[in-house]
Amino acid sequence: MKKTITLTLNGETRAVDVEPNDILLDVVRDRLGVKSPKYGCGRGDCGSCTMIMDGKTVRSCLILAIEADGSEIVTVEGLCRDGLTPLQEAFLKHNAFQCGYCAPGMTLAATELLERKAKPSREEIQEAIAGNLCRCTGYTAIIDAILEVAK
Amino acid sequence: MAIALEYDYFKPAELAEAVALKARFGAEGRFLSGGTDLVNDLNDESVRPEAIIDLKGIGALKKLEMTSTGLFLGPLVTFSELIDSRTVKSRYPLLWESAREVASNGIRNRATVAGNICSCVPCMDSAPPLIAYRALVLIRGPEGEREIAAAEFFLGPRKTVLKDDEVLAGLILPRPPKQGAAFLKQKRYRGEDLAQSNVAVLALEGKEYRVVFGSVGPTPIEAEKIEKLLRGKAMTAKLAAEAKKLVRKEIAPIDDLRSSREYRFLMAEVMLERGLKAAADRLKGKGPAYGTHLV
Ligand code: FES
Ligand code: FES
Repeated sequence: MKKTITLTLNGETRAVDVEPNDILLDVVRDRLGVKSPKYGCGRGDCGSCTMIMDGKTVRSCLILAIEADGSEIVTVEGLCRDGLTPLQEAFLKHNAFQCGYCAPGMTLAATELLERKAKPSREEIQEAIAGNLCRCTGYTAIIDAILEVAK
Repeated sequence: MAIALEYDYFKPAELAEAVALKARFGAEGRFLSGGTDLVNDLNDESVRPEAIIDLKGIGALKKLEMTSTGLFLGPLVTFSELIDSRTVKSRYPLLWESAREVASNGIRNRATVAGNICSCVPCMDSAPPLIAYRALVLIRGPEGEREIAAAEFFLGPRKTVLKDDEVLAGLILPRPPKQGAAFLKQKRYRGEDLAQSNVAVLALEGKEYRVVFGSVGPTPIEAEKIEKLLRGKAMTAKLAAEAKKLVRKEIAPIDDLRSSREYRFLMAEVMLERGLKAAADRLKGKGPAYGTHLV
């Protein structure tokens, strides 16, 4: 039962044929060619597949592609089309990532937070990025970078 | 990664249509709201439906509003929407505190309270507060609507009273009592995790208390012996210590991946003691602000 879904991906309207058992993450990466969201755990625990869907961060490994029909999706590629955002600059300055696998999820989680609240506290930052697992950095530099943009 | 199962996908625009589809597929039809449990179940094939019925096309199910009988909480309301609701924070703080403890923000943006109780895994965070508030579950089936108390809704792990042709059509929380509330959840680490154990405590006027434990038995447990002991008494450290002694008579935890049985007993005792103090203080307008971590 193939169905054509239409979504806005990083500002562009895209149409793609999906099966009801296709996962959004796979469709965005393999069929629509946007590679920043990553497969980590595949069960909602790690955050590496994060996308912003209709203004909110979601775990795209737990969303059927067919559910995303008509939605608006933003990934890191869409955030920085006009150059790095201040948040991304801060991540660079603080050397916040090593391998970078968690970076797209962390970046989107922090972006959502900063859009809702310009000056979050350290604890609010921790809560916002909880569930985005980083196996490299110990989180401190990531949090420091977000705090710096929040000031 | 990819789901190996094949099934049909439906997205009805009306509740009646969803009910008709469910009647048609019975146990082989599964409702989809946030999907944070269902997609995992499809991945590991613990469910093998023929049809998935996505409820997100039904606008009426997204409502979250005060009515003359209380708060109507539609089955599509997400945890993030609850957390953002001033009404929920100010009038149902127990539910508000519990919503903040669920998983991570990226999950709370999709996952729904109704989905949480329909999945009915023993560690669900929504059930204890709903029981403590005496919530009603509205259930729609081919023959019409019925209502059931939240306390009666849970039959066992992953088993509720919903029949194969029924859908959870909403939750009603009666108008809020004057209350002090506290929801405490023990996890392996701060941040996202399922509960090792949790407890919902309400202190009401007239020295009434409600205590509901979660994740320490097959279904949520209202601690009636503890409530009886506390009834009519002002909260003191001594009284809380006496209540603590009854915990082992109320709950029936197991050893599992997340916690030993003994640790669950110990933490349930500690959480009860702290929860009673915080709830009683909050009833008097004192105590820690709602949202403060008590464990
Ligand atoms: S891959 Fe989606 S949360 Fe880990
Ligand atoms: S930088 Fe490697 S996982 Fe975070």
